[in-house]
Amino acid sequence: MAVNAPVAPAELKSNLNDPLVIAEKIKAQYPTAVEAANAQGIVVQGEQLLEVARYLHDTPELGFDYLHNVTSVDYPDRLEVVYHVSNLARGGTPLTLKVNAARQDPAVPSLVPVYRGANFQEREVYDMMGVRFLGHPNLRRILLWDGFEGFPLRKDYKEPYYEDERKPFGTRWDQGHHVIAEDRNPWHDNVKYPASFDAVGYKPQRDTVRTVGAEDAVATKLRTDKLVLNIGPQHPSTHGVLRLKVTLDGETVVAAEPVLGYLHRNHEKIGERNTYLQNIPFTDRLDYITSMANNLAYVVGVEKLMGIKAPERAEYLRVIMAELTRWISHIAAIGFIYNDLGAFYTPLLYGLEERELVLDLFEAASGSRMMCNYMRFGGVARDVPEGFLDKVQYLVTERFPRRMDELEAYMVGNELFTARARNIGILPRDLAINYSAAGPVLRASGVKYDLRRADPYSIYDRFEFDVPVGTVGDMHDRFTVRIAEMRESVKILKQALAQIPAGEIMTGKKNYQIRVPKGEVYGRAENPKGELGFFMVSDGTPNPYRYHVRAPAFINLTALNEMVVGHKIADLIVILGSLDVVMGEVDR
Amino acid sequence: MAYGLGLVKGLKYTFTRAMKTVAGDFKHLGRRYDETLLRERQSVRGTGIFTVQYPEEKPAIPENFRFVPFLVYEPKLDANGKPVIDAQTGKEAINLERCTACGICSKVCPPQCIWIVRATTPEGKPKPKPAEFYIDIDVCMNCGFCAEFCPFDAIKMDHDYELANYERHISHIFDLKTLMKPATYHARIHPLDFKREEDDRKAKEAAKAAKK
Ligand code: SF4
Ligand code: SF4
Repeated sequence: MAVNAPVAPAELKSNLNDPLVIAEKIKAQYPTAVEAANAQGIVVQGEQLLEVARYLHDTPELGFDYLHNVTSVDYPDRLEVVYHVSNLARGGTPLTLKVNAARQDPAVPSLVPVYRGANFQEREVYDMMGVRFLGHPNLRRILLWDGFEGFPLRKDYKEPYYEDERKPFGTRWDQGHHVIAEDRNPWHDNVKYPASFDAVGYKPQRDTVRTVGAEDAVATKLRTDKLVLNIGPQHPSTHGVLRLKVTLDGETVVAAEPVLGYLHRNHEKIGERNTYLQNIPFTDRLDYITSMANNLAYVVGVEKLMGIKAPERAEYLRVIMAELTRWISHIAAIGFIYNDLGAFYTPLLYGLEERELVLDLFEAASGSRMMCNYMRFGGVARDVPEGFLDKVQYLVTERFPRRMDELEAYMVGNELFTARARNIGILPRDLAINYSAAGPVLRASGVKYDLRRADPYSIYDRFEFDVPVGTVGDMHDRFTVRIAEMRESVKILKQALAQIPAGEIMTGKKNYQIRVPKGEVYGRAENPKGELGFFMVSDGTPNPYRYHVRAPAFINLTALNEMVVGHKIADLIVILGSLDVVMGEVDR
Repeated sequence: MAYGLGLVKGLKYTFTRAMKTVAGDFKHLGRRYDETLLRERQSVRGTGIFTVQYPEEKPAIPENFRFVPFLVYEPKLDANGKPVIDAQTGKEAINLERCTACGICSKVCPPQCIWIVRATTPEGKPKPKPAEFYIDIDVCMNCGFCAEFCPFDAIKMDHDYELANYERHISHIFDLKTLMKPATYHARIHPLDFKREEDDRKAKEAAKAAKK
């Protein structure tokens, strides 16, 4: 597998992310494969997609080893499946591949044989858009239940409580006599079942339990049965409403499959009904621990499309908020891992105490502790109040370093922890890349890839900081990488505080009717959990035509099975903890 | 490293933390639920116990804090410039609503929970005044957009967060009467914002006067 940096001449190196250059290369190999190519991306012939992907992935000088994102767009005449791939060592803007499929019974080849990270993402596209992926190992619905009828992200699907294609709704003004939503659309008319479905007699399918094969029985001299155990959806150790369907042999995990969708609300459909501006508070609710960072990723994407930039002071404020968020997200994650290990709540609450202080600051600046809604296109909502920066200064120079020293002294050095964490849940480097793992999970496996360095956004190119990486990719590494990243965040915060200028916090006037030019964009930022991406298609109206979220926690879960097989069930809980999933983002 | 040292270290750490809370508790002897002590405990320099004994103690509310919106009106003033209290409602009497029923807040609201009926003159012409104004506060996501984009400073975010109730279909649909709060209240909870708005307004008026 092409993992290491392929050696390419310097002048070629930058070219290799250019779709036109790549399109020529593909044409040379597969003359009929390219349907069209422009600066936005390459449209590939459906039947040849797998070969093209293999070519891009396996050719050493191209080495597109990482699949960022799979999604699809519903156009009136076709469905378009969109892929974003890149080479991690090269970094830069990802290459966009597109495949067209008919709206009637759409099917495209699955990319799972090349990129295992496509597994859950293709299932999501199937679930939401109804595109079948030929050759996918397990093509079932992932966020919705198996009996669900319809494909909710298609433009002709109307959700419960449907009112209008786009907001603002005409019934609110100027004759807005209030109606309670439930009265307008009572539940019984609202739930749509498939025509053949009998809601009263419905029995969920039983998970079949396999018994041990004869060879296994001979090897272990024991006849044991395999057992299917459901952990969650209501379980403190699954970090929200996540269900893990675990097959066990004794105490050893044979397979683990996350069952998702308990918190699904179709964020993307809501987002397509909303205007661009109205989406900002909704992004708060993705990963609700890191709302400031979500805001940032979204506004960075839309700003790219609009071609505007925030003023200096606003950029610094954004970085300060994003790095504080990273710090608190990591300290909470670390606390939760200890919780999963059996150190009930003490380390977690020590972490949450620091988090409270930062949330106090967020509240003072934005008005809300967790649902900050602070960033705007071209700036931030309001300047920080007096004394805010001094408090941050005190936190980063005095309090945070002290906390991190303590953390390292009594937690990382603790031999109980080392015994539980070393060589548990190893995700080797190749697999981490192939599974599209992101953020601390990817870096713990030894891949030095951080968007703040690889494809700098905002003003991250101005700061001095390292990208810490692990060596083995075990749980211990995922833990220590987070602590190291917290130290780097403090470094960035100190620099930002020293450099922050006075001045404007908003480009142009406050405007609620934002015009976004036609086009598409994949905007992304390095969130505490990994690469949070927003893929948006604008048709020039105030509402996005397509709005897709690349949720890092969701894609990181793809690799869970790989990490837990062969470990004890108690380790499974901790390994899940070390992925640091937040269900608000996973289920969307 | 001797085995078990990490464990001892850990226990030492938690023990120290526990002792700090005990010390903090002693400070509160005879001064239970003391406001200054609470603020001290909660500040970035605070140590010891961190929890807040709600509802006896309440965390400080920063000026920017946003909960559900309210509408601002100018109270009637008597000869001395003091607001007149309406005997019927016990609230300050309404002189002038700031809201012009322009509908911007209801358009910008992400969950579309603002409903406005514009007033009309007897002849049926629209009047810049709301006849009805509803906010479904259970649908409201407390985003603050309405307050941010209202061009007349007529809608502001409230600080009162204790709104629990037994049902949601009557008491949680705020109508014009519930939403209306005097400008004096706005000035009290948002002193800096209020001052900025007043200064802006005066500057604008001065500019207008200078033009003439
Ligand atoms: S934006 Fe302000 S003035 Fe316009 S309707 Fe809303 S509250 Fe009234
Ligand atoms: S705070 Fe946000 S959600 Fe609530 S009424 Fe105002 S605009 Fe609507």
